[in-house]
Amino acid sequence: MAPIEARPPRPRGRGGYWPYLIPSALLFLAVIVVPFLMNVATSFTRWSGVGTPTWIGLDNYTKLLRDERFWTSFEHNVALIVAMAVVPTMAGLVLAAALFDYIGRRFGARTASALRAAYYLPQVLPVAIAGVVWGWMLHPSYGAVNEIFGLKVNWLGDPDYALATVMAVMVWFQLGYPVVIFMAGLQRADPALHEAAEIDGASWWRRFWHVTIPQIRPEIYVVLLTCTIAALKVFGPIFVLTRGGPGNATMVPSYFSYLNFFEKVNVGYGSAIATVLALIIVVVTFLFLRVQEREP
Amino acid sequence: MTAGRVVSAPAARVRAARPAVHRAPGRWAVLAALVVLAVVMLFPFLIVALNAFKSPAEYSSGNPLSLPKGLYLQGVVDFWNRVDFGEKLWNSFLISASVAVAAVVLSILNAYALGIGRVRGRLWVLVVFLVGNTLPQEALAYPLYYLSKQVGLYDSKLSVILIFTVIQAAFGTYLLSSVLGRFPREILEAAALDGAGRWRALWGIVVPISRPTLSVLLIFFFIWTWNEFFLPLIFLISNDNQTVPVAIGVLQGEKMMDATMSSASALLGIVPAVAFFLIFQRTLTRGVTVGAVK
Repeated sequence: MAPIEARPPRPRGRGGYWPYLIPSALLFLAVIVVPFLMNVATSFTRWSGVGTPTWIGLDNYTKLLRDERFWTSFEHNVALIVAMAVVPTMAGLVLAAALFDYIGRRFGARTASALRAAYYLPQVLPVAIAGVVWGWMLHPSYGAVNEIFGLKVNWLGDPDYALATVMAVMVWFQLGYPVVIFMAGLQRADPALHEAAEIDGASWWRRFWHVTIPQIRPEIYVVLLTCTIAALKVFGPIFVLTRGGPGNATMVPSYFSYLNFFEKVNVGYGSAIATVLALIIVVVTFLFLRVQEREP
Repeated sequence: MTAGRVVSAPAARVRAARPAVHRAPGRWAVLAALVVLAVVMLFPFLIVALNAFKSPAEYSSGNPLSLPKGLYLQGVVDFWNRVDFGEKLWNSFLISASVAVAAVVLSILNAYALGIGRVRGRLWVLVVFLVGNTLPQEALAYPLYYLSKQVGLYDSKLSVILIFTVIQAAFGTYLLSSVLGRFPREILEAAALDGAGRWRALWGIVVPISRPTLSVLLIFFFIWTWNEFFLPLIFLISNDNQTVPVAIGVLQGEKMMDATMSSASALLGIVPAVAFFLIFQRTLTRGVTVGAVK
């Protein structure tokens, strides 16, 4: 450390790098910090968006705890975490391993990467456009899915099917992301271990479980974390496909807060929902990072 | 040694027995399953493309899987004109490109101070940026909406550009700081001995050398901003400011949209996204590998 410091390591002086942070600091303050604090402050008020907000303390939060729509919306968030994080991660692991060390070896790398591209293609769409595509395919009167299978199901309009349908659409949308990340991870991993296990006669499944998965554990964490956050934030597909309906069948917190902000003009209540959502996301991120750190 | 041989002997026997019975059909079964899955994943794209070029009459009389009898372009043309799609493409492009450039510039400045300058408290600065990037936009939306109205920026492309510049730069700072943290010191020292100041060292040395990483960031920021929906939906309410996803998203399910026009609208949303994917695919992979090797 000392010898490096003794030489003139960087151009002139110390601490003089702070000015480079000023433009971002100002913008960050104006676009993130101040609005977020305003949002928290608004959550303690009753406000319609015009006039002066009325301070009501924790009333919005106590109301929130008793609001069935709020709890339902978080239950749906859990369902979407299953659809957007858990299922794609598990399926992605199997697919990535199958493509990497089965298809890649027996049918060539080109076959593997062509299949990977096919799985990944939905991911390149804006998520709202993915919703439009499926909204069209699942339309009750002219949708292609009903036409092809000769069904008359109102996929998105029937409360019994709506959430499951949205979940299926999100699995389709999300699947390619873990496949790509895991395949990149497998390329980084050491092939010698895998070969040793194969020579020892370990079955494909045992090699997958005891060799492949431990090797790409960092990638699994990253995928689970980013997909869980995405599922907690999900808005576009709900807006396009169902608007939270029918009834509350697909209501999620982000759409619930949007509804309170702009349609019911219950800005204070909407802010409380958004604050809780932000809190949950920060806590989830923190927990993931802690668990990841503890891993050997 | 012995143990290894004991274990591998039955394995050899199993393998010797396998090819005759299981292997050949087995491996084709795996391939077939994966190909079927690929077809399922591509199916929506295929079916949207097939039906975007059918007339409403042809659609209602036939099967969605059948090939169009002719190239009926009226659905696409009608939708294009109705939403003035050229304008929406331009709006999306303008917003995404401005955000990408501005956010990369901000990321460079920040990462220079954090990764190379190693200013005190840099870890906390990074944490703040990362939390800012992770916060749900819902928790910022209403105050941003209110403030932008106060300063007369509501319903302008500039408001969306400013907001996403900050959000993307928060992520870019995080990524680029760790890349620049590994920047070869000797090069900077040599530049300092040659009398280059910090500002010149940044633009003359750090930026050109980091170009592969920067171009990857630029492309990611462009695509991410293009794909955004929530804040553009709130901020761009007038028709001539809307982006592609917003214009298509809000028209979904409108009464005037018949089956083939809906499919045409979906197709128009798909095409730019897939085009970016195809154009940038190579740059992205190359950039990522270069970044990883460094």
